[in-house]
Amino acid sequence: MSIRLNVNGAEHDVDVEPEAPLLWVLRDELNLTGTKFGCGIGACGACTVHVNGRATRSCSVPVGSVANLKITTIEGLGAGGLHAVQQAWIDHQVPQCGYCQSGMIMAVSAFLASNPAPSDDQLAAAITNICRCGTLPRIRAAVQDLVEHKAAGGPR
Amino acid sequence: MNRRKFLIGGATAAGALIVGYAVWPDHRLEHIDEMAAGPDERFLATWIKLANDGTITVVIPHCDMGSGTYTPLAQMAADELDADWTKIRTITAPSDPLFANGALAEGFGLASHISWESIPSFLRGPAAGSMRLIAEHMDLQTTGGSSAVRFTGFYGMRIAGAAVREMLVQAAADRLHAAVDALRTEKSRVIHTSSGQSLSYGELAAEAARLSPPSNPKLKGKSAFQLIGKPVQRLDIPAKVNGAAKYGIDTQVPGMVYGAIHISPVFGGKLVSVDEASATRQPGVKKVVKLDDAVVVIADRFWRAHNAVDALHPVFSNSSNGDVSSQRIRDAHLVALNSAKVNKDLSIGKGADALQNASVFERTYNVPYLAHAPMEPANATVLYKDGTLEVWSGTQDGLGSRAFCAKAAGLPLEKVTFHLTPSGGAYGRRLPGLWNFLTYAVKTGMASPGVPVKLVFTREQEMQHDYYRPNVTSRFRAVVGSDGSPSAWVNEYTTDDEANEEAHIFYRVPNQFYGTVKLPAPVPTGPWRSVESSWHGFFVESFIDELAQQANRDPLDYRLALLKDKPRHCETLQLAADKAGWGTALPSGHGRGVAIVECFGTIVAHVAEAQVANDGSVKVNRFTTAADCGMAVNPDGFKAQMEGAVIFGLSAALFGEITIDRGAVVQQNFPDYDMVRLGQCPEIHVYIHESDAPLGGAGEPGIPPVAPAVANAIFAASGIRVRKLPIKNHSLAATVRPG
Repeated sequence: MSIRLNVNGAEHDVDVEPEAPLLWVLRDELNLTGTKFGCGIGACGACTVHVNGRATRSCSVPVGSVANLKITTIEGLGAGGLHAVQQAWIDHQVPQCGYCQSGMIMAVSAFLASNPAPSDDQLAAAITNICRCGTLPRIRAAVQDLVEHKAAGGPR
Repeated sequence: MNRRKFLIGGATAAGALIVGYAVWPDHRLEHIDEMAAGPDERFLATWIKLANDGTITVVIPHCDMGSGTYTPLAQMAADELDADWTKIRTITAPSDPLFANGALAEGFGLASHISWESIPSFLRGPAAGSMRLIAEHMDLQTTGGSSAVRFTGFYGMRIAGAAVREMLVQAAADRLHAAVDALRTEKSRVIHTSSGQSLSYGELAAEAARLSPPSNPKLKGKSAFQLIGKPVQRLDIPAKVNGAAKYGIDTQVPGMVYGAIHISPVFGGKLVSVDEASATRQPGVKKVVKLDDAVVVIADRFWRAHNAVDALHPVFSNSSNGDVSSQRIRDAHLVALNSAKVNKDLSIGKGADALQNASVFERTYNVPYLAHAPMEPANATVLYKDGTLEVWSGTQDGLGSRAFCAKAAGLPLEKVTFHLTPSGGAYGRRLPGLWNFLTYAVKTGMASPGVPVKLVFTREQEMQHDYYRPNVTSRFRAVVGSDGSPSAWVNEYTTDDEANEEAHIFYRVPNQFYGTVKLPAPVPTGPWRSVESSWHGFFVESFIDELAQQANRDPLDYRLALLKDKPRHCETLQLAADKAGWGTALPSGHGRGVAIVECFGTIVAHVAEAQVANDGSVKVNRFTTAADCGMAVNPDGFKAQMEGAVIFGLSAALFGEITIDRGAVVQQNFPDYDMVRLGQCPEIHVYIHESDAPLGGAGEPGIPPVAPAVANAIFAASGIRVRKLPIKNHSLAATVRPG
């Protein structure tokens, strides 16, 4: 059975069972390996993508449920350049092994789009992704930097 | 662990002190040119190749597992080379004996006895020597022991960079008919000082490559460093923010199929039977591979293989481990410490005799099994075709992995290619000795000849088939003098292997005794970030805190008084304390704890600030860290390693526990093996204390003082002493606190 997916602005018809997890369809059918497998049960956030702009843990989403919705992966986030969150990640030298960072960046970018001036508590409640290397302090600093620049209305 | 000891022995036995492996004789360079140089490129030393356009590629004999070593190693080569930093690239060394890491062998060999500077220059000698041979013999390209920058950088990269610089200068001197000392180098150019005429490194590459590398090039003094010691942006980060970085799990080989595995849950169990048809009737399934202690389903897509392996209900034998539990293991520790024979490790002064006829203060501590739980689960891709084997995987030793796969496949080394990929975290999980995933992948691949198979552990398989940080129990007995200082320190602990020098204290105590009770358990164990120091740090720094408490002394002052002859330790401790505001008032229910540990050549002191609520919940609000690693090659990268260690160590201290029940691991996935998340992440402030000490490590030394600093802070906040990790298992509610 063919399912139509809209990923990073392009249409793809994939011939898979509708219950196949979106994560593995992105990785193994569409070769978009920037989205990572961490736990398979939606507990770690490494597989986070945007579905209609909302942060979604793709390991726990059946592909049939997102047909024709707008899916964005890390490869499509910057639309050719770097998204402000990606640039902040470089400026603050956030990644170590980097494996969780696609999911982190997708989670943070969706969150800031819906709440551009969050409190620390709101940020902590929204971003529950796991990073084993321990980059959390730099993630928090990078987000604070983004929020301050946004609040000041200045360019990044 | 044994590997390290063997190396030290081996290096000493070989007796040679030669650093020439970075600057091979020319015939070796021809071979590596064939292997790893592109068009218009050539190697000038084992680890440096130069292209006609001036691009300099530093070949790194380590894996990228996140600790960021590629950048400081490149900084060290580039600094000695006077290279333009924008022209620097890094690649991972091929998994070939030509790239065996002699510098690492030398580092381990020398670190225990002699400093490099103390070797007479005539002995640093011309020919590449025994260290390389040892490295080659041991298939050594390991990344572990916080060794990359200390050893590969210091004994390899700097020398290679300096040698290449001298070759370029010589080539320029020949071309310009000038004397060598009329030339200087700057930003990838050789400049004739008096005329101002200059040549780029790229222009000189071909001529320089015809010269023989000098074996004993002159190294810069510290004051001349341009790149070493500067906070340089990590070279690997841009590819880690846009999804471009390719880890082992991202390997794509044409025609590839996927394997999902179910390993005997009970350690040592064997596969008895499996109803293969229940898998083969599922969509996409190609094959069921029965292994000795596991079953693998191969399918055209991973999720199909995963679903099918879950639908199998293989029967495994319980071996003789069906009644093993962590509770029983710990009970046996306590019995053994009281009754079994203690193996003496070290005795100082009167040793344990100092306990006789004295009032003895005794405490016992325990740490649980821990999984590494890297974010990227274990995986490997294997193609077995026409008698050759090709493997792609992220491990902590590419050359060792190649030899390991050859052995697992029963093939000669030259029939095996190993492609080392970056790892999504490792922390020891991918070190030699912990390679069950390579064994399973090779066996699966060989059962599927001609077709590449990517075997991926699910998180559940990764959690339940790791090699765990061991469960260790440690008992201390001390005699305290009239001034409150210990006059005797007796420490006996359980081990499944050998005695640990990491138990030995740096505090001044006249009588000391260390002994072990050997008690092997049928649970696979392995090195976990900071290894033995991760448990002895908790034990020692908890006990010293209890001694301070007994003596009614401030825990900081108590430590400082026992460290009078150790200025680096005192200054590092004092720096952390000052920056943390040690001694200033905190609200009720808050407390500060301090701990200091030296390991892998680096001293780290943490002050933790914890808050224990009336309901017993713990929040760690702040960490203040001071570290002395001699000199940080990349200070920002060093700080990042310290911050990461605090989070990694805090997850373990608060939540980390692998429980064994009926011979198998109970925990399955992240909710039951939890991690610190953003909401629990403390503020972390890191300060570097510079000294003239030799370069220390970065990846591991931040870990050991984390748990005791937190436990000591919890004591300060609540009056409850945590002697058994993790902290989550303790009730700290106001109702149970001492009055």
